[in-house]
Amino acid sequence: MAPQQRKPHVCRNPDLIRGVGKYSRSKMYHKRGLWAIKAKNGGAFPKHEKQTVAAAPTEKPPKFYPADDVKKPLVNKRKARPTKLRASITPGTVLIILAGRFKGKRVVFLKQLTSGLLLVTGPFKINGVPLRRVNQSYVIATSTKVDISGVNVEKFDDKYFGKKVEKKKKKGEGEFFEAEKAEKNTLPQDKKDDQKSVDAALIQSIEAVPDLKSYLGARFSLKAGMKPHELVF
Amino acid sequence: MPFKRYVEIGRVALVNYGKDYGKLVVIVDVIDQNRALVDAPDMVRGQMNFKRLTLTDIKIDIKRVPNKKTLVAALEAADVKNKWESSSWGRKLIVQKKRASLKDFDRFKIMLAKIKKAGVVRQELSKLKKETTC
Repeated sequence: MAPQQRKPHVCRNPDLIRGVGKYSRSKMYHKRGLWAIKAKNGGAFPKHEKQTVAAAPTEKPPKFYPADDVKKPLVNKRKARPTKLRASITPGTVLIILAGRFKGKRVVFLKQLTSGLLLVTGPFKINGVPLRRVNQSYVIATSTKVDISGVNVEKFDDKYFGKKVEKKKKKGEGEFFEAEKAEKNTLPQDKKDDQKSVDAALIQSIEAVPDLKSYLGARFSLKAGMKPHELVF
Repeated sequence: MPFKRYVEIGRVALVNYGKDYGKLVVIVDVIDQNRALVDAPDMVRGQMNFKRLTLTDIKIDIKRVPNKKTLVAALEAADVKNKWESSSWGRKLIVQKKRASLKDFDRFKIMLAKIKKAGVVRQELSKLKKETTC
Protein backbone atom coordinates (compact mmCIF):
# COMPACT_ATOMS: atom_id res chain seq x y z
CA MET A 1 0.00 0.00 0.00
CA ALA A 2 2.79 2.42 -0.93
CA PRO A 3 1.43 5.94 -1.47
CA GLN A 4 3.07 6.22 -4.91
CA GLN A 5 0.90 3.46 -6.36
CA ARG A 6 -2.37 5.32 -5.81
CA LYS A 7 -4.15 6.05 -9.10
CA PRO A 8 -5.21 9.68 -9.63
CA HIS A 9 -8.86 10.07 -8.51
CA VAL A 10 -11.36 10.91 -11.27
CA CYS A 11 -14.18 13.25 -10.23
CA ARG A 12 -17.37 11.52 -9.14
CA ASN A 13 -19.69 13.64 -11.24
CA PRO A 14 -18.21 14.22 -14.71
CA ASP A 15 -19.59 17.12 -16.80
CA LEU A 16 -21.82 16.24 -19.73
CA ILE A 17 -21.47 19.83 -20.85
CA ARG A 18 -20.42 22.80 -18.78
CA GLY A 19 -22.87 23.27 -15.97
CA VAL A 20 -24.62 19.90 -16.31
CA GLY A 21 -23.32 16.91 -14.41
CA LYS A 22 -23.94 13.33 -15.31
CA TYR A 23 -25.61 12.39 -12.03
CA SER A 24 -28.62 13.91 -10.33
CA ARG A 25 -28.75 15.18 -6.76
CA SER A 26 -30.19 11.99 -5.40
CA LYS A 27 -27.69 9.84 -7.26
CA MET A 28 -24.86 11.98 -5.94
CA TYR A 29 -26.24 11.64 -2.42
CA HIS A 30 -25.86 7.90 -2.76
CA LYS A 31 -22.47 8.11 -4.49
CA ARG A 32 -20.97 10.29 -1.80
CA GLY A 33 -22.13 7.88 0.86
CA LEU A 34 -23.99 10.52 2.85
CA TRP A 35 -26.56 7.85 3.82
CA ALA A 36 -23.76 5.80 5.38
CA ILE A 37 -22.41 8.77 7.32
CA LYS A 38 -25.90 9.54 8.59
CA ALA A 39 -26.49 5.94 9.56
CA LYS A 40 -23.23 5.88 11.49
CA ASN A 41 -24.27 9.00 13.35
CA GLY A 42 -27.74 7.75 14.25
CA GLY A 43 -29.95 9.33 11.60
CA ALA A 44 -28.64 12.88 11.37
CA PHE A 45 -25.61 14.42 9.77
CA PRO A 46 -22.79 14.88 12.33
CA LYS A 47 -22.45 18.39 13.59
CA HIS A 48 -19.73 20.00 15.58
CA GLU A 49 -20.15 22.93 17.86
CA LYS A 50 -19.03 26.32 16.75
CA GLN A 51 -15.65 27.24 18.08
CA THR A 52 -15.94 30.40 20.15
CA VAL A 53 -13.79 33.07 18.63
CA ALA A 54 -11.69 34.81 21.25
CA ALA A 55 -12.90 38.40 21.56
CA ALA A 56 -10.48 40.70 19.75
CA PRO A 57 -8.90 43.30 22.08
CA THR A 58 -10.87 46.55 21.74
CA GLU A 59 -8.94 48.97 19.56
CA LYS A 60 -8.56 52.52 20.69
CA PRO A 61 -9.70 55.13 18.19
CA PRO A 62 -6.65 56.57 16.38
CA LYS A 63 -5.35 59.94 17.52
CA PHE A 64 -4.75 61.21 14.01
CA TYR A 65 -6.82 60.89 10.86
CA PRO A 66 -5.04 61.90 7.62
CA ALA A 67 -6.74 64.75 5.74
CA ASP A 68 -7.00 62.94 2.41
CA ASP A 69 -7.64 59.26 1.97
CA VAL A 70 -4.35 57.46 1.73
CA LYS A 71 -4.28 54.78 -0.97
CA LYS A 72 -3.02 51.39 0.10
CA PRO A 73 -0.39 49.94 -2.21
CA LEU A 74 -1.47 46.81 -4.07
CA VAL A 75 -0.35 43.44 -2.82
CA ASN A 76 2.84 42.21 -4.52
CA LYS A 77 3.43 38.47 -4.25
CA ARG A 78 6.37 38.28 -6.66
CA LYS A 79 9.44 36.49 -5.45
CA ALA A 80 12.94 37.51 -6.39
CA ARG A 81 14.60 34.79 -8.43
CA PRO A 82 17.87 34.66 -10.37
CA THR A 83 17.53 35.36 -14.10
CA LYS A 84 16.35 32.39 -16.11
CA LEU A 85 19.43 30.63 -17.44
CA ARG A 86 19.45 29.88 -21.16
CA ALA A 87 19.22 26.18 -21.92
CA SER A 88 22.48 26.33 -23.85
CA ILE A 89 24.43 27.39 -20.74
CA THR A 90 25.27 24.45 -18.45
CA PRO A 91 28.19 24.10 -16.01
CA GLY A 92 31.33 23.59 -18.05
CA THR A 93 30.15 25.41 -21.17
CA VAL A 94 32.68 27.56 -22.98
CA LEU A 95 31.29 31.09 -23.25
CA ILE A 96 32.45 34.01 -25.41
CA ILE A 97 32.43 37.30 -23.50
CA LEU A 98 31.19 40.11 -25.69
CA ALA A 99 31.85 43.30 -23.75
CA GLY A 100 34.12 44.77 -21.18
CA ARG A 101 37.78 44.33 -20.51
CA PHE A 102 37.76 40.69 -21.60
CA LYS A 103 35.71 40.98 -24.75
CA GLY A 104 36.32 38.18 -27.20
CA LYS A 105 37.77 35.89 -24.55
CA ARG A 106 36.60 32.31 -24.41
CA VAL A 107 35.90 31.38 -20.85
CA VAL A 108 34.55 28.44 -18.81
CA PHE A 109 31.18 28.77 -17.05
CA LEU A 110 31.06 27.47 -13.47
CA LYS A 111 27.68 28.28 -11.98
CA GLN A 112 24.93 30.86 -11.74
CA LEU A 113 24.95 32.98 -8.58
CA THR A 114 21.82 33.97 -6.69
CA SER A 115 21.95 37.47 -8.19
CA GLY A 116 21.57 35.90 -11.63
CA LEU A 117 25.13 36.68 -12.78
CA LEU A 118 27.26 33.88 -14.13
CA LEU A 119 30.40 32.80 -12.27
CA VAL A 120 33.14 32.34 -14.81
CA THR A 121 36.88 31.62 -14.89
CA GLY A 122 39.51 31.78 -17.67
CA PRO A 123 41.20 29.69 -16.35
CA PHE A 124 43.53 32.46 -15.28
CA LYS A 125 46.71 30.71 -16.42
CA ILE A 126 45.32 30.13 -19.90
CA ASN A 127 43.81 33.46 -20.82
CA GLY A 128 44.13 35.87 -17.91
CA VAL A 129 40.46 35.92 -16.96
CA PRO A 130 40.14 35.46 -13.17
CA LEU A 131 37.14 34.17 -11.22
CA ARG A 132 34.64 36.75 -12.29
CA ARG A 133 30.95 37.52 -12.53
CA VAL A 134 29.48 38.11 -15.96
CA ASN A 135 25.98 38.98 -17.11
CA GLN A 136 24.18 36.42 -19.23
CA SER A 137 23.23 39.02 -21.83
CA TYR A 138 26.83 39.80 -22.69
CA VAL A 139 27.78 36.26 -23.48
CA ILE A 140 27.52 33.83 -26.38
CA ALA A 141 27.25 30.20 -25.34
CA THR A 142 29.20 27.81 -27.54
CA SER A 143 28.37 24.13 -27.71
CA THR A 144 31.82 23.14 -26.41
CA LYS A 145 31.68 21.69 -22.89
CA VAL A 146 34.51 21.15 -20.41
CA ASP A 147 34.38 18.49 -17.73
CA ILE A 148 33.83 20.41 -14.51
CA SER A 149 33.24 17.57 -12.07
CA GLY A 150 36.52 18.02 -10.21
CA VAL A 151 35.86 21.64 -9.33
CA ASN A 152 34.28 22.81 -6.07
CA VAL A 153 32.51 26.13 -6.44
CA GLU A 154 30.32 25.99 -3.34
CA LYS A 155 32.06 28.79 -1.50
CA PHE A 156 31.65 31.46 -4.18
CA ASP A 157 28.65 33.76 -3.95
CA ASP A 158 27.87 37.43 -4.61
CA LYS A 159 29.27 38.56 -1.29
CA TYR A 160 32.70 37.15 -2.22
CA PHE A 161 32.82 39.60 -5.12
CA GLY A 162 31.47 42.62 -3.28
CA LYS A 163 33.57 45.68 -2.60
CA LYS A 164 35.41 45.59 0.68
CA VAL A 165 34.15 48.18 3.19
CA GLU A 166 37.04 50.20 4.67
CA LYS A 167 37.01 51.86 8.04
CA LYS A 168 36.69 55.59 7.63
CA LYS A 169 39.58 57.69 8.88
CA LYS A 170 38.36 61.16 9.66
CA LYS A 171 41.65 62.65 10.79
CA GLY A 172 44.90 62.64 8.90
CA GLU A 173 45.48 64.04 5.45
CA GLY A 174 48.43 64.06 3.14
CA GLU A 175 50.77 61.26 4.21
CA PHE A 176 48.01 58.94 5.39
CA PHE A 177 46.24 58.95 2.05
CA GLU A 178 49.31 57.98 0.10
CA ALA A 179 50.01 55.06 2.37
CA GLU A 180 46.44 53.77 1.98
CA LYS A 181 46.54 53.88 -1.81
CA ALA A 182 49.58 51.64 -1.98
CA GLU A 183 47.88 48.90 0.04
CA LYS A 184 44.60 48.78 -1.92
CA ASN A 185 45.93 47.74 -5.31
CA THR A 186 47.17 44.23 -4.50
CA LEU A 187 44.82 41.24 -4.50
CA PRO A 188 44.61 39.43 -1.14
CA GLN A 189 46.45 36.12 -1.06
CA ASP A 190 43.38 34.03 -0.23
CA LYS A 191 41.71 35.12 -3.49
CA LYS A 192 44.80 34.07 -5.40
CA ASP A 193 44.70 30.69 -3.68
CA ASP A 194 41.01 30.28 -4.54
CA GLN A 195 41.81 30.96 -8.18
CA LYS A 196 44.59 28.38 -8.15
CA SER A 197 42.50 25.69 -6.52
CA VAL A 198 39.62 26.14 -8.96
CA ASP A 199 41.89 26.23 -11.97
CA ALA A 200 43.99 23.19 -11.03
CA ALA A 201 41.22 20.67 -11.64
CA LEU A 202 39.92 22.59 -14.65
CA ILE A 203 43.25 22.78 -16.44
CA GLN A 204 43.65 19.01 -16.11
CA SER A 205 40.34 18.33 -17.84
CA ILE A 206 41.13 20.99 -20.46
CA GLU A 207 44.47 19.47 -21.36
CA ALA A 208 42.77 16.13 -21.93
CA VAL A 209 41.11 17.55 -25.05
CA PRO A 210 43.49 18.35 -27.95
CA ASP A 211 43.65 22.03 -28.99
CA LEU A 212 41.22 23.12 -26.27
CA LYS A 213 43.91 24.94 -24.33
CA SER A 214 44.98 27.08 -27.30
CA TYR A 215 41.28 27.56 -28.15
CA LEU A 216 40.63 29.07 -24.74
CA GLY A 217 43.76 31.18 -25.02
CA ALA A 218 42.67 32.74 -28.31
CA ARG A 219 40.20 35.60 -28.62
CA PHE A 220 37.12 35.35 -30.80
CA SER A 221 36.73 37.87 -33.60
CA LEU A 222 34.56 38.23 -36.66
CA LYS A 223 36.49 37.75 -39.86
CA ALA A 224 35.56 38.62 -43.44
CA GLY A 225 32.54 36.67 -44.65
CA MET A 226 31.35 35.61 -41.20
CA LYS A 227 27.68 36.37 -40.73
CA PRO A 228 26.82 36.22 -37.02
CA HIS A 229 23.18 35.35 -37.64
CA GLU A 230 24.24 32.34 -39.74
CA LEU A 231 27.07 31.12 -37.52
CA VAL A 232 26.52 28.07 -35.38
CA PHE A 233 28.30 28.42 -32.07
CA MET B 1 24.07 24.93 -77.44
CA PRO B 2 21.45 22.19 -77.39
CA PHE B 3 19.74 21.17 -74.18
CA LYS B 4 21.23 18.13 -72.50
CA ARG B 5 18.93 17.64 -69.47
CA TYR B 6 15.29 17.10 -70.39
CA VAL B 7 12.16 17.02 -68.30
CA GLU B 8 11.07 13.42 -68.63
CA ILE B 9 9.61 10.74 -66.45
CA GLY B 10 12.40 9.48 -64.27
CA ARG B 11 14.46 12.67 -64.30
CA VAL B 12 15.99 13.34 -60.89
CA ALA B 13 15.76 16.98 -59.87
CA LEU B 14 16.87 19.11 -56.94
CA VAL B 15 14.26 21.24 -55.19
CA ASN B 16 15.55 24.81 -55.01
CA TYR B 17 12.69 26.61 -53.28
CA GLY B 18 10.13 25.92 -50.63
CA LYS B 19 9.50 23.49 -47.82
CA ASP B 20 11.49 20.67 -49.42
CA TYR B 21 14.49 22.80 -50.27
CA GLY B 22 17.59 20.77 -51.01
CA LYS B 23 15.86 17.44 -51.55
CA LEU B 24 16.36 15.15 -54.51
CA VAL B 25 13.04 14.23 -56.15
CA VAL B 26 12.01 12.23 -59.18
CA ILE B 27 9.64 13.56 -61.85
CA VAL B 28 6.99 10.85 -62.15
CA ASP B 29 4.51 12.70 -64.38
CA VAL B 30 4.02 15.99 -66.17
CA ILE B 31 0.77 17.79 -65.31
CA ASP B 32 0.89 20.71 -67.73
CA GLN B 33 3.32 23.19 -69.16
CA ASN B 34 4.38 24.45 -65.74
CA ARG B 35 3.91 21.67 -63.24
CA ALA B 36 5.18 18.18 -62.64
CA LEU B 37 4.10 15.39 -60.34
CA VAL B 38 7.07 14.72 -58.16
CA ASP B 39 7.93 11.95 -55.71
CA ALA B 40 10.74 11.02 -53.32
CA PRO B 41 11.17 8.20 -50.80
CA ASP B 42 10.70 10.50 -47.82
CA MET B 43 7.85 12.71 -49.00
CA VAL B 44 4.25 12.45 -50.12
CA ARG B 45 3.91 12.49 -53.91
CA GLY B 46 2.73 15.94 -54.98
CA GLN B 47 2.85 18.59 -57.64
CA MET B 48 5.62 21.11 -58.01
CA ASN B 49 6.20 23.96 -60.41
CA PHE B 50 9.18 23.45 -62.71
CA LYS B 51 10.53 26.75 -61.49
CA ARG B 52 11.11 25.10 -58.12
CA LEU B 53 13.17 22.31 -59.64
CA THR B 54 16.70 22.20 -60.98
CA LEU B 55 17.29 19.22 -63.26
CA THR B 56 20.27 16.96 -62.66
CA ASP B 57 22.11 14.61 -64.96
CA ILE B 58 20.63 11.56 -63.31
CA LYS B 59 17.70 9.70 -64.87
CA ILE B 60 16.11 6.51 -63.61
CA ASP B 61 14.03 3.93 -65.43
CA ILE B 62 10.41 4.05 -64.27
CA LYS B 63 6.97 3.94 -65.78
CA ARG B 64 4.53 6.87 -65.42
CA VAL B 65 3.54 7.34 -61.71
CA PRO B 66 4.93 4.21 -60.09
CA ASN B 67 3.93 3.28 -56.56
CA LYS B 68 6.29 4.09 -53.74
CA LYS B 69 7.75 0.59 -53.49
CA THR B 70 8.62 0.48 -57.20
CA LEU B 71 10.06 3.96 -57.06
CA VAL B 72 12.33 3.14 -54.12
CA ALA B 73 13.45 -0.08 -55.84
CA ALA B 74 14.23 1.82 -59.04
CA LEU B 75 16.22 4.40 -57.10
CA GLU B 76 18.23 1.66 -55.44
CA ALA B 77 18.83 -0.09 -58.75
CA ALA B 78 20.13 3.07 -60.39
CA ASP B 79 22.21 3.85 -57.26
CA VAL B 80 21.09 7.47 -57.37
CA LYS B 81 22.34 8.33 -53.89
CA ASN B 82 25.93 7.34 -54.54
CA LYS B 83 25.96 8.84 -58.03
CA TRP B 84 24.73 12.11 -56.57
CA GLU B 85 27.13 12.20 -53.65
CA SER B 86 30.11 11.43 -55.87
CA SER B 87 29.21 14.02 -58.50
CA SER B 88 30.94 17.39 -58.16
CA TRP B 89 27.60 19.17 -57.65
CA GLY B 90 26.59 16.76 -54.91
CA ARG B 91 29.97 17.00 -53.22
CA LYS B 92 29.79 20.80 -53.22
CA LEU B 93 26.43 20.73 -51.47
CA ILE B 94 27.75 18.33 -48.84
CA VAL B 95 30.71 20.61 -48.15
CA GLN B 96 28.44 23.65 -47.93
CA LYS B 97 26.25 21.90 -45.38
CA LYS B 98 29.26 20.85 -43.34
CA ARG B 99 30.66 24.38 -43.33
CA ALA B 100 27.36 25.86 -42.23
CA SER B 101 27.13 23.48 -39.28
CA LEU B 102 30.65 24.09 -37.97
CA LYS B 103 30.85 25.09 -34.35
CA ASP B 104 33.20 27.70 -32.93
CA PHE B 105 35.71 25.09 -31.71
CA ASP B 106 35.63 23.36 -35.12
CA ARG B 107 36.37 26.62 -36.88
CA PHE B 108 39.34 27.13 -34.57
CA LYS B 109 40.69 23.64 -35.28
CA ILE B 110 40.30 24.23 -39.02
CA MET B 111 42.25 27.47 -38.72
CA LEU B 112 45.12 25.63 -37.01
CA ALA B 113 45.06 22.93 -39.68
CA LYS B 114 45.13 25.51 -42.48
CA ILE B 115 48.13 27.25 -40.94
CA LYS B 116 49.93 23.93 -40.57
CA LYS B 117 49.22 22.94 -44.16
CA ALA B 118 50.40 26.31 -45.45
CA GLY B 119 53.60 25.90 -43.48
CA VAL B 120 54.29 22.50 -44.98
CA VAL B 121 53.56 23.77 -48.49
CA ARG B 122 55.83 26.76 -48.02
CA GLN B 123 58.66 24.54 -46.82
CA GLU B 124 58.43 22.33 -49.89
CA LEU B 125 58.29 25.39 -52.11
CA SER B 126 61.41 26.88 -50.55
CA LYS B 127 63.17 23.56 -51.01
CA LEU B 128 62.28 23.52 -54.69
CA LYS B 129 63.33 27.13 -55.07
CA LYS B 130 66.72 26.35 -53.59
CA GLU B 131 67.26 23.52 -56.06
CA THR B 132 66.49 25.60 -59.12
CA THR B 133 68.61 28.61 -58.23
CA CYS B 134 71.76 26.87 -57.01
